[in-house]
Amino acid sequence: MIDEKFDAIVIGAGMAGNAAAYTMASRGLKVLQLERGEYPGSKNVQGGILYADMLEKIIPNFREEAPLERHLVEQRFWMMTDRSHTALQYRSDDFNEEKPNRYTIVRSQFDRWFSRETQAQGAIVISETTVTELVRDAYGKVIGVQTDRRGGTIFADVVVIAEGVNGLLGTRAGLRETPKAEHVALAVKEMHFLPRETIEARFNLHGDEGVVIEAAGTISRGMTGMGFVYTNKESISVGMGCLVSDFAGATETPYGLLERFKSHPSIKPLLEGSEVKEYAAHLIPEGGFKAIPELFGDGWVVAGDAAQLNNAIHREGSNLAMTSGRLAAEAIFQIKSRREPMTKQNLALYKKTLDESFVVKDLKKYKDMPALLHTQAKNYFLAYPTLLSNAMESYLRVDGTPKLEKEKATLRSFVKERSWTGLFGDAVRLARAWR
Amino acid sequence: MATASARVEEKLFQNRYLVDSGRPHITIAPHAKPSESLLAMTRLCPAGCYSETSAGQVEITPDGCLECGTCRILCEPSGDIVWNYPRGGYGVLFKFG
Repeated sequence: MIDEKFDAIVIGAGMAGNAAAYTMASRGLKVLQLERGEYPGSKNVQGGILYADMLEKIIPNFREEAPLERHLVEQRFWMMTDRSHTALQYRSDDFNEEKPNRYTIVRSQFDRWFSRETQAQGAIVISETTVTELVRDAYGKVIGVQTDRRGGTIFADVVVIAEGVNGLLGTRAGLRETPKAEHVALAVKEMHFLPRETIEARFNLHGDEGVVIEAAGTISRGMTGMGFVYTNKESISVGMGCLVSDFAGATETPYGLLERFKSHPSIKPLLEGSEVKEYAAHLIPEGGFKAIPELFGDGWVVAGDAAQLNNAIHREGSNLAMTSGRLAAEAIFQIKSRREPMTKQNLALYKKTLDESFVVKDLKKYKDMPALLHTQAKNYFLAYPTLLSNAMESYLRVDGTPKLEKEKATLRSFVKERSWTGLFGDAVRLARAWR
Repeated sequence: MATASARVEEKLFQNRYLVDSGRPHITIAPHAKPSESLLAMTRLCPAGCYSETSAGQVEITPDGCLECGTCRILCEPSGDIVWNYPRGGYGVLFKFG
């Protein structure tokens, strides 16, 4: 099929793959990128929020061309029970800046654009092609790939594996294990379409301003999970995700959970009258620092979701993917410039720069968080939201009960549910994992 | 349960697929009695691809598969299923993603 040898083959055209292919091609390397979807983006799912800083480091003037939806001016964190929500909201006009920091995007459209830019830099992108195997030489060094198209091996000095969360190829090649059920969340999402004026009126927005709602509480039925509502220009992304290990032991269906979230009295009016045009599901890597696999070897590096580089606590993923793809590409370019081979020893440069970046530093900060939330899910997602809601209602309802009695009753309810040691322990554990 | 699965079919109806007829990308290993994880997939698959037969076995129709990989996480290490990416260009085609 393809006789020439490439400097690099990139597997996958998501955030990590596109960042890597763009970075290498723009520095003059001969890059082949393979994507199994009909076009780049057709297999990719995200909420999705784009963090400008990490894309600026790759394409500084991306705002001129990229298909962006809304820049975010407001964040709402909702602690939910079945009938209520207690909110922490932040909105600032400072987010209405010349170069906004966060945008909502529609991944399929965004990735198509990103891939066009990558091709404009000289990368060859072939879609509708699934890589089936990594090819190694007699010493075990990765020297190319096999695809499901006719033809033999395609050769390259190095293979950048950016195949996404499922990471089938890397697992089959023995580079890493299948992610554990407690290290991935299953998220389901729908795209709800509404006229843009309706969205702006319902969410208190002007022009291209946008809002994000992130919600936790009884909506996940005691599982470690979250719901979200993201405003796009003419659509709203609504979704719900929970750890696969929690789902496995529960009685809920993912779509049942999503339906209940959508019919919540706080959510339903926001979606009223919308037309649903797509239903998607995707896994999210949530294992954090302790789940990061081997990142490089002889002739290969892995980036993005395939390497579990996702910050579940801050709901950041695409920026970690883009940054890891860029750093992998820069390391490869450096090694290439020195006319050195793509050995494991040389490619360690990728891990070195990644360790020094926010990607690994942030994941390290929260290294104990995934285990804590997983083992304490019932407390953090059921007990506390309910206690908080009852406390808020008691505080606000005026019914002739003296305030002191109300406060004592609220305190008693917390102690009864979790005991003094439990309350203290929960606070200490959370603080420790956060630090 | 019947209403729930009807509902998920309605959801899948909005999606675009290119089905690779006769070449399912997920197959279930023959079994007399399904494992706990395999049986859980009848509830857990977000596309409702897994179902229980009247004889108590689990079968799959992967036409509506969203390629999330949940069944691979739960059922592939134990050998209950074999999970592959669909052939290039086939499977779900997200318009929005």
